[in-house]
Amino acid sequence: MKVLMFGWEFPPNISGGLGTACSGLTKGLYSLEDIEVTFVVPKVFGGEDASKVRLIGASDVPVTKLQIRIETSGKAIECIEVSSQLVPYVDPEDYYRQINYTVEHTRSLIETDIQRKLKFTGKYGPDLLSEIERYALVAIIIAQENQFDVIHAHDWLAYPAGIAAKQASGKPLVIHVHATDFDRSGGSVNPDVYAIEKRGMDAADKIITVSNLTKKIVIEKYGIDPAKVVTVYNAVEPYRHEKKGHSTKGFDEKVVTFLGRITHQKGPEYFIEAAKLILQKMDNVRFVMAGSGDMMNRMIRRVAQLKIADKFHFTGFLKGDDVYQLLHISDVYIMPSVSEPFGISPLEAMQAGVPVIISRQSGVAEILSNAIKIDFWDIEAMADAIYGIIKYPSISKNLSYNGRKESYNLKWVDSAQSVKKVYKSAISSQSKFLD
Amino acid sequence: MKSICLYFTVHQPIRLRKIRFFDIGNTDYCYDDHQNESILQKVTQNCYLPANKLLIQLINKHQGRFKVALSISGTAIDQFKIYAPQVIDSFKELAATGCVEFVAETYSHSLAAIKDTAEFKKQVKLNADAIESLFGERPTVFANTELIYSDEIGELVAEMGYRAILTEDPHHILKWRSPNYLYSNAINPSLAVLLNNDMLSNDIAYRFSDKNWDGWPLTAPKYVSWLNKFPEKEKIVNLFMNYETFGERQKSENGIFDFLNTLPSAVLRKSEFKFHTPSEVVANHQPISKLDVPKPFTCANGGKDLSTWLQNELQQEAFENLYELSESIEHCHDEQLLKDWQYLQTSDHFCYMCTKHHFNNVVHASCSPYDSPYEAFLNYMNVLNDFTIRLNRILNPKINLNKKEKAVV
Repeated sequence: MKVLMFGWEFPPNISGGLGTACSGLTKGLYSLEDIEVTFVVPKVFGGEDASKVRLIGASDVPVTKLQIRIETSGKAIECIEVSSQLVPYVDPEDYYRQINYTVEHTRSLIETDIQRKLKFTGKYGPDLLSEIERYALVAIIIAQENQFDVIHAHDWLAYPAGIAAKQASGKPLVIHVHATDFDRSGGSVNPDVYAIEKRGMDAADKIITVSNLTKKIVIEKYGIDPAKVVTVYNAVEPYRHEKKGHSTKGFDEKVVTFLGRITHQKGPEYFIEAAKLILQKMDNVRFVMAGSGDMMNRMIRRVAQLKIADKFHFTGFLKGDDVYQLLHISDVYIMPSVSEPFGISPLEAMQAGVPVIISRQSGVAEILSNAIKIDFWDIEAMADAIYGIIKYPSISKNLSYNGRKESYNLKWVDSAQSVKKVYKSAISSQSKFLD
Repeated sequence: MKSICLYFTVHQPIRLRKIRFFDIGNTDYCYDDHQNESILQKVTQNCYLPANKLLIQLINKHQGRFKVALSISGTAIDQFKIYAPQVIDSFKELAATGCVEFVAETYSHSLAAIKDTAEFKKQVKLNADAIESLFGERPTVFANTELIYSDEIGELVAEMGYRAILTEDPHHILKWRSPNYLYSNAINPSLAVLLNNDMLSNDIAYRFSDKNWDGWPLTAPKYVSWLNKFPEKEKIVNLFMNYETFGERQKSENGIFDFLNTLPSAVLRKSEFKFHTPSEVVANHQPISKLDVPKPFTCANGGKDLSTWLQNELQQEAFENLYELSESIEHCHDEQLLKDWQYLQTSDHFCYMCTKHHFNNVVHASCSPYDSPYEAFLNYMNVLNDFTIRLNRILNPKINLNKKEKAVV
């Protein structure tokens, strides 16, 4: 079975959980024998590991092709790159701001051929919506030039490309909802984004959601037929131990860690309020907020206001090894998300043996047993759980041991099996319709 | 003479309310009244009242030929008194028939037997006192929490004057031997040991409504045909189970009351078995041999040890912390604190912390008021810390915090 997949980022150049999920799922699919994936990315790459990525046939096609070799299976992922500046986790206003300073950095790989072939997309401008449209037009060409059985599009920026490919080829479309604008915006949904999401869901033959929480949003907020929606939970790639950091703490206090974008969706303010409650009761603890985002300055001010800045630390955005270093010295990991469609990062913490506290408003809470679950707004419960883990060695030990075991049982190949079933049902439901 | 002995245990824990760590030292009440009341009312309507009514009818109908044994934990009695006094009345009515033997247990359905001998004795006495004052007769037979038994526990119980103890079938010790005989304690042979026929008990308690079980649907005649298959020499069948089996665990709509209703006549008409209370079993049969059980065991939840209550580090830390207070408690005369001390020892609190449930114990997990064993542990520890502070305040008004609290604050 050949799959044409539209994503928007691919490791190592990722800005969040979506890239991690796409990569994990693609590798999982590749380990299944009868699946072949062609992965299309809109985002310009830079700095890929040369041993794993090979450029092929870039001169005679309007787009760049990459091959990414998967170490475990020996097979290769064909990766088609569309030069574009689409970045995830933005709305049109944000995009304008970001593009204004990233434009020079990302322009290097833009192919002029594409512009000649696709006359109506004028120039690259700070207009996200026309970018998406352009991505969709490229998708038509790709769909015409490639053989495949099913189309798979990840999240809203890729939906129009998926729809276009479906129209050009007549093949069934599966869309994968990793998040909706309701999660990102905290309620004030951008109407343009909503319209694109809704169009994608309507056009899809099958919809994959990353949790039942997201499934519910898709059904209720987008008015989608429940029969079309299937939940496939994410998994986590095994953590490679050779890179494990050996840095030690320069202090005796316990470390409580928040790791994620500092945005409304992630609930950073609740973490700070809980930290204040704990620091009123105990002294041997420090709090770390690792990440960046539009709420960061407000959060720093709040920490100062509460007079806990001596015990509360901001690290900024962390990548790769720094993340593992931080997990290595953490005693508690907390994800107080207001709305988290899934949430892979607690699984990474669990792999590192860190006890985790997650909000009930997260998809990952639906599958985890060995984590403490709280409501994101319940700062007392949050503080209580942190206090307990710090104070009682038995619970910390238990969560660490059982959590690690549980996280290693969540494998991408199992998610890939479920996705394959969705492909099959999309193909058979479409052929039934044609008969 | 062949004996069939029915024993039902009645127990409800007193569930704890949510106590946050900043409440520690600032509360004086740690129970979730609302939850306790609503669960007790529910089980009263589903089980206690209809089951008692049926037992009374059956006893009257068979004119002394149908008998049962019952134990009621102190935590259940205390809650009946507050939330459902009509249940106490109906147990009194049962007692008045003369066909019910009340068996003693630990007041708070605790695990004290394996940790604190003095406390264990105190609790057994408390429960026997309560039973005697309510139902007019002092128990002479004992059944430990979840039927936990060892040679030492048996010896203790014999020392307290009990004639017999009820426990599970120790498969790992009996091996090929049958539980359908009377045994005696290894240390003090004057104590008779009655073993549960767990196969037949679980057919009722666990499998009754299971449509995938090849015994389904279970009827009284079918059940009696199984009883009749035992070799002639095996004279005793003990069926021990939770009273909540009737109407709560096995639902009325699945026919559990119909089964109970038809069982006595089927047994009396179609078999040689007679219904006997544990005391009558002891009076009518001779022990066949001593039973060697060096380590405490129970078969509840499919295990042969105490792992449901005391396996993981959470349970052990909580349990150790609790019994560290034993010494201080001896100097405490505050009535409320002594009550709290009882209620905190209830085994259910430790069962809620069991991580085995996560994977295979649906029955117990569904009884837990907590989302996870971790939450159960955290809340229990907060309650226990709060209790410790209150206890220390009373014992030594000058010290407001115990040593442990000081270390972290």
